[in-house]
Amino acid sequence: MQSILLIMMLAPLLGAVTNGLILRPSHARLAGSLATVASALSFVCAVALFSQVAFGDPVAVSWPWIQVGDLNIDWSFRFDRLTSVMALVITGVGTLIHLYSIGYMSHEKGSYRYFSYLNLFVFLMLVLVSSANLMALFVGWEGVGLCSYLLIGYWFEDPEKAKAGMKAFLVNRMGDAGFLIGMFFCYRLFGTLEFQQINAAIDSKSSFDIQMMNVAAFFLFVGATGKSAQVPLYVWLPDAMAGPTPVSALIHAATMVTSGIYLIARLEPLFVVTAQTNGVIAIVGLSTALLAALIATSQKDIKKVLAYSTVSQLGLMVLALGCRAYVAALFHLVTHAFFKALLFLGSGSVIHALDGEQDITQMGGLRKKLPLTSLTFLIGTVAIAGIPPLAGFFSKDTILHAALVSDFRLWLGGAAVATLTAFYMFRLYSLTFLGAYRGTAHPHESPWVMTLPLILLALASIFAGFLGVPHEFHWIPNFFEEYLKPVIPPYEFEGTLALSSGNAMLVTTGLAVLSSLLGLVLFSRAKKSDQAPVLIRPFQMVFSNKFWVDELYGILFVKPFQALSRLMAFVVDPKLIDGGFLALSQTTKRFGSWVVLFQTGNVQWYLFLMMVGLLGGMIWLLSGRVI
Amino acid sequence: MILSEKLASIGYWTHFVTVALFALGLIGFLIRRNALIVLMSLELMLNAVNLLLVQISMRTGTSEGMVLVVFVITIAAAEVAVGLGIILNLYRMKKTVDLDSFRSLSG
Repeated sequence: MQSILLIMMLAPLLGAVTNGLILRPSHARLAGSLATVASALSFVCAVALFSQVAFGDPVAVSWPWIQVGDLNIDWSFRFDRLTSVMALVITGVGTLIHLYSIGYMSHEKGSYRYFSYLNLFVFLMLVLVSSANLMALFVGWEGVGLCSYLLIGYWFEDPEKAKAGMKAFLVNRMGDAGFLIGMFFCYRLFGTLEFQQINAAIDSKSSFDIQMMNVAAFFLFVGATGKSAQVPLYVWLPDAMAGPTPVSALIHAATMVTSGIYLIARLEPLFVVTAQTNGVIAIVGLSTALLAALIATSQKDIKKVLAYSTVSQLGLMVLALGCRAYVAALFHLVTHAFFKALLFLGSGSVIHALDGEQDITQMGGLRKKLPLTSLTFLIGTVAIAGIPPLAGFFSKDTILHAALVSDFRLWLGGAAVATLTAFYMFRLYSLTFLGAYRGTAHPHESPWVMTLPLILLALASIFAGFLGVPHEFHWIPNFFEEYLKPVIPPYEFEGTLALSSGNAMLVTTGLAVLSSLLGLVLFSRAKKSDQAPVLIRPFQMVFSNKFWVDELYGILFVKPFQALSRLMAFVVDPKLIDGGFLALSQTTKRFGSWVVLFQTGNVQWYLFLMMVGLLGGMIWLLSGRVI
Repeated sequence: MILSEKLASIGYWTHFVTVALFALGLIGFLIRRNALIVLMSLELMLNAVNLLLVQISMRTGTSEGMVLVVFVITIAAAEVAVGLGIILNLYRMKKTVDLDSFRSLSG
């Protein structure tokens, strides 16, 4: 089984190396097929490992890595049930997206570079989720950040896209600093970075400084806010849409952005006890979800809507983490991976059909021209809107239930997010696929390599929800929770609720249906010249300008930093540093220009000086003085 | 009377010969401009030292001075070979061996 674990991780790496170092631009079709096969092999191995851990013990391998004094860190990987969930999503959705990319990147000259990055990403993501200690996880964590940077800036000839890549990298850097600090705190607290030892140490009820645990958890959460695009570090994710659409689907919707959620779920015993940090997590999650959902209602770029929707859904997952409903967060992670990958791939299919058009005001009426894309997109939309019985309904309800249990206000916020989600998703669907066509390009349905992943993901979006049916439907068991029981103990609740959970579910579902209809009615007959009603216009301005957060960050951080850089570049460096060295060298030179007078070039003059010196030395020696 | 006793009876004035010889060599070494003469002056200084070594060796009746002289003569021979080679090359370069025309060592 250990060799299967290794094959699972190394197959994409091998694909990446082959694609990146051996293949040339002329091997366009080979590049895509090779990458897809590598990823599919990884998926097969993940399934094999899944069947192992579902009925047996986790699989572990490790090699010694860092041994300095007491510090002992291994390259250790452990494939347990939590890892199996993540690995199946990564390799499964990843393989479909690789397949889809063959079609999407078919017009691209150097697609071997793209597939090399994509395979490398799958490898590093598997490192991230399989690692058994924080250090190895950090390697994967940084690695996927690198791949994200490379793929966002894939079309680096366009300076805007290159900048978007840099923005993602820099914003993530801040989060990663938090992650590192959190890791140091963990080592300080527990003396180890192995998850099992950390979790066992906390479970053994030995007393740790709870304040320090709070701090450690907080900094690890800061790391998660960077990767998982939470307030205040979410700004990179919408810009990350500059990359190719399959990348947005794989990295910036389904897998990489969920690694923050995974991290916290992995360290569940630590986060369960850190009450203060959990409060912060819940508030950050909810505010992210609300903010992004509001912004998503007024975006015009099809991918931007989906990007803000991703931020919003990640916010919901973080809200669940804050409410200590780790299984709920993971379940939403899985279902979200399916339907958001589906939506992104659908949007990619639309963009591909319209020769790169991304503005939804230039779309409309595509239902007839792209029937398959339209149908699967509709399924994704219904799923994310939380309308039963599709996947999003179950997972979102589990999260809202957790919010209701921990605080009624959190539930209210969560319900608002769910309502907004249904509204903006149906707005997007209506503007894209319903009404009359407003664009100029000639749309055509995509090839089978692109529609097949859409169909498979649509099926997953329909049926994945039944894996984790909420407890209100107690006649169906919650397979997901049962499966994760050995890793994450189920959520226990005592006390009374402000609203019975069944009623709460009815309320949120009713709101979702209503706002879906509203979205359909308002936007299905949209015309090019349509303007928002006067009453809504101020709100629309705020939302479509994204609350001016980027501008605010520009004034608060970017401008002062640029000013500081200018000060360094034009004052400190030339005047202080260069000036200092220049003064030193000038002094030496001046001194040298005196000494040079003795150097006439006449050898006999040198000899004379030498003789004088010798005589002087001799007289001094003969005079018998010591000094 | 053996030679050493004879020498010992001569007195110390013979040392002045060597000093004079050395001074001559030194002055020639420093002020002459012809490289060949400079080399010859150098030889003069070496031989002045040789003479002194022999005298002292005989006076004290030990043989170290004599041995040293043999070494000095050997090394002087080698040195002359090198020196003449250098001078030959200098001459090839500038068609002169006047030391004033070789001043490129200036700072």
